[in-house]
Amino acid sequence: MKGLTAIEFPQSVSLPGENIRAHKKMLKIAKYVVYDILRNRFVLAYLVFLLVVSMSFFNMESDPAKGMMSLLNIILIVLPLVSTVFATIHLYNSYEFMELLLAQPLKRSDIFLGEYLGMATSLCIAFGIGVGVPVLLYDGSMRGFTLVVCGLLLTLAFVSLAFLAAVLSRDKARGIGLALLLWFFCTILYDGIVLMSMFAFSDYPLEKVIMGLAFLNPVDLARIAMLLQLDAAALMGYTGALFQHFFGSATGTGLSFLAMLVWIAGPLWLAVRIFRKKDI
Amino acid sequence: MLQIQQVNKTFGKLEVLKNIDVRFSQGQAVAIIGPNGSGKTTLIKSILGMVVPESGVISFAGQPIGIDAQYRRHIGYMPQIGRYPDNMQVGQLFDMMRDLRNGDVTVIDDELIRAYRLPDIYQKSMRTLSGGTRQKVSAALAFLFNPPVMILDEPTAGLDPLSAEILKEKIQREKERNKLFLITSHIMSDLEELATDVIYLAEGRLVFFKTLEALKTETGEERLGKAIARIMETLQP
Repeated sequence: MKGLTAIEFPQSVSLPGENIRAHKKMLKIAKYVVYDILRNRFVLAYLVFLLVVSMSFFNMESDPAKGMMSLLNIILIVLPLVSTVFATIHLYNSYEFMELLLAQPLKRSDIFLGEYLGMATSLCIAFGIGVGVPVLLYDGSMRGFTLVVCGLLLTLAFVSLAFLAAVLSRDKARGIGLALLLWFFCTILYDGIVLMSMFAFSDYPLEKVIMGLAFLNPVDLARIAMLLQLDAAALMGYTGALFQHFFGSATGTGLSFLAMLVWIAGPLWLAVRIFRKKDI
Repeated sequence: MLQIQQVNKTFGKLEVLKNIDVRFSQGQAVAIIGPNGSGKTTLIKSILGMVVPESGVISFAGQPIGIDAQYRRHIGYMPQIGRYPDNMQVGQLFDMMRDLRNGDVTVIDDELIRAYRLPDIYQKSMRTLSGGTRQKVSAALAFLFNPPVMILDEPTAGLDPLSAEILKEKIQREKERNKLFLITSHIMSDLEELATDVIYLAEGRLVFFKTLEALKTETGEERLGKAIARIMETLQP
């Protein structure tokens, strides 16, 4: 057999169009992740659950605004829980897949972001159909739109946090524990801490501090954005009025939207940085 | 072509690679030998960029491997234990790999796919495959894109004699095409057939790197297995 005496190694300097190709690879990976998740059927169950809950709330309440309030409360608990736990477990179960990809000429960041994109897309599709469709059917107003947008952003943020939790620990049980702790902190503990500090420092003017604290929790951000749309802010007393004043204004909405984006991009960026240096 | 300079790696307190310094060139088939836990797989994974060394440089074709993953298009890797997405079917796995490499591959080498009759099991999901069948899939994937460098981690472990023979013949053929092979194995007779050079690792240290012939003359043994056994004896404290 004739030998290949000179095997050429094209040096990989960045050629024009290289970036586009790289993004294509990331999208391809995301596509296979979505296939894999859809085969799992858990996301389908989540979709059906959301659909049943939203339909029943809208049918039970004659006033769609009230239905939306009840729906909001369920979403703010269930959505972060499902997003964090499912995303963490999925990432641990994907190590085989990532190992396979890592032996190929694919960048680590592309592999990781492809995983993120696939996971986020699947959960967003489930939320979009499960909650988005009924909300738009029963209440096609601005508040319905806000609920859907808040839900989608919250999904992205919690998948980010879940991926961060998953790269921080090699051990699956610890990673899932960390993700659960995060969920518990954001949905339950955080409010308690804020209330307690309000009570403890009730002699001081704390409105601005409390308002700032809302930015430190994505669930709070979503809840406030939603309550303002539902005109329930008046029920929140003086701070509520302050929120109304601040968040209700265009800059307030813009700022809370930006804060939400930071909650999505921040943990994800950190997770990518850690993943790039990780031993597989 | 592949150069490893002063590479160190620790897992916690354990030093897995200590100052590894070695250089491989085209046409070599290097057997990587050493007791269990001597750092063979870690060395391979460092070359593939799966394990990041604490210090030292690994260069491929003159370029240090870094964030850029493009050098891996020239490497075919067969892992010790091939782990694949459970829900995926065999055919889908091959389609996916081709799809992901679409654009940087010109030659597809499906010789092993045909030799192992893998199309017959394309509908089976990866989860249902036996260890040996998985090894066949891993081998076929490693050779699929016709890369000039092949890294095989215990390639024949778990394969039945016929399949192992098919793989060894394939390696022989590709070796003649001036490719570089790095092979770890505990089966000395296999390595004796395939290797041109031998690396011996012990406790993360490179003990020697010699041609097979030199090793045999130095130890005065005809067979690689005996020669290695003799060296292991002298290394015992």
